Amino acid sequence: MTPLPVEVCDVGKRFDDTVALADVSIEVHPAELYGLVGPDGAGKTTLFRILTTLLVPDAGSASVLGLDVVRDLWAIRSRVGYMPGRFSLYGDLSVEENLRFFASVFGTTLEEGYDIIAPIYRQIEPFRDRRAGALSGGMKQKLALSCALVHRPDILFLDEPTTGVDAVSRREFWNLLDELKASGITIVVSTPYMDEATRCDRVALIQQGRVLAIDAPQAIGRLFPRPLYSVRAGRRAALIGALHEYEHTASAFPFGETVHFSDARASLPAATIEHDLRAFLATRGIDDARMASIPAGVEDAFMELMGETAGVA
Amino acid sequence: MAEADPTDADASTTGPVIAVQGLTRRFGDFTAVDAISFDVAAGEVFGFLGANGAGKTTAIKMLIGLLRPTEGDARVAGCDVRTDPEGVRRRIGYMSQRFSLYEDLTARENITLYGGIYGLKDAEIRARGDALLDELRLRDQADELVGALPLGWKQKLALSVALLHRPAVVFLDEPTGGVDPVTRRRFWELIYAAASRGTTVFVTTHYMDEAEYCDRISIMVDGRIAAMGTPAGLKESHGVPSLDELFVRLARGTGAA
Repeated sequence: MTPLPVEVCDVGKRFDDTVALADVSIEVHPAELYGLVGPDGAGKTTLFRILTTLLVPDAGSASVLGLDVVRDLWAIRSRVGYMPGRFSLYGDLSVEENLRFFASVFGTTLEEGYDIIAPIYRQIEPFRDRRAGALSGGMKQKLALSCALVHRPDILFLDEPTTGVDAVSRREFWNLLDELKASGITIVVSTPYMDEATRCDRVALIQQGRVLAIDAPQAIGRLFPRPLYSVRAGRRAALIGALHEYEHTASAFPFGETVHFSDARASLPAATIEHDLRAFLATRGIDDARMASIPAGVEDAFMELMGETAGVA
Repeated sequence: MAEADPTDADASTTGPVIAVQGLTRRFGDFTAVDAISFDVAAGEVFGFLGANGAGKTTAIKMLIGLLRPTEGDARVAGCDVRTDPEGVRRRIGYMSQRFSLYEDLTARENITLYGGIYGLKDAEIRARGDALLDELRLRDQADELVGALPLGWKQKLALSVALLHRPAVVFLDEPTGGVDPVTRRRFWELIYAAASRGTTVFVTTHYMDEAEYCDRISIMVDGRIAAMGTPAGLKESHGVPSLDELFVRLARGTGAA
């Protein structure tokens, strides 16, 4: 039986008094694009460091490609590609020098790895003589991905590759990951952007070192326990304020131009919920509110699950 | 923070708080900001969007008096950024994700430090600091090192500190990067609260849902303002369902890497 690309079982890690990971268990399937979704401090980087053999877990066990992260660290290191969250390239080396350096570390050459990195590298190849430190954010990101790929790893670990990157470059980066995935490589990627969860086959939602949920992104929304409505009104700030005061509000969070609202009396028909809500809002001078039933998304579910486990301040 | 008094610095309540006309900055033969013009009114939440490298940071540096324009004019809180950058800096607040508070000082020490830098009297610093710690429910953590606070609290504290001297304008540069979705929304409630007290908010973000929370937004592409208006108005005039779509369309139109 082929081992799973990643198996993590009850892993715990603390740094002094801080619990970075607590009882984390995940399984990543072959050729899967797997997302670790959560804010800063969730434990994503710690998990990546354990999987790439840079940190030893305090509790539990983890294997990558069937190899134990503690016992078999050298075997793992040659078979994984890792793109850390912080800029990991040599700023004083040129684009091409960086690639040749990373290839040589793994005992290979740029030429041998060229075909695998070509779809990404071709976009920055015109700048191959430029110092990596002088590249734009989007180009640095593509070079870092090329460097993580040049030795043909069996699995890629990408730690927040899109953080701080604008919406256009983010979208293009995910398109690149789709292409890579099509070539059969397993990819584990972390992100603080909830909207990026939908680009993954499956995601683990992580908050304060704990896994809140694991599922396909389309299924995560179903973990939201009540019917969800989007409410809009001309004066949005007043609407949000009023919803916070409404006695039946179970949750109310702004989402772009609307507010996502759920009623604590979840079993009531939508018509009753809307009638009561409109009557209440009218007492607050809001008479143009419109309500529509919507499916809950990853971000809705994340906030709900976060509240349950963390008791949000 | 809870009282509804006007900002100290905003003596000139008439006219825009930020008035920008033909503002340009060149570095050698590269034009980073190319003759941009816009006004921002008192109490407005203005979203300043653009792809990486579009010129946002250069424009902001000129508006906060850290970089001299090559051409054009900008008045911020009644002061000319060219002739009175000191005046600008006294009348604004600034907060970014990367630079904000001193991690090895406590919350209260940060408040005292920044209050002093902005020329507040000791009694004012104490009173406003206490009110701020209460409002953020940070009283019990007031004497802990800021470095030990969760990121979301740090950011809320950083915003409050940037507002401590009641500036006419506060500049927020990607203030919510990396925080969890609940904290991100709480943070926007603080932004609304500041705006409702008359503070003008000038904010950059990579989250397109946050762009929707702004009264007006501008989208910079290659040093110019490619679109400006209310979120609803921009979607309608460009015939797009979301700001995300508009952003991608405008930014990709130039083939930026």
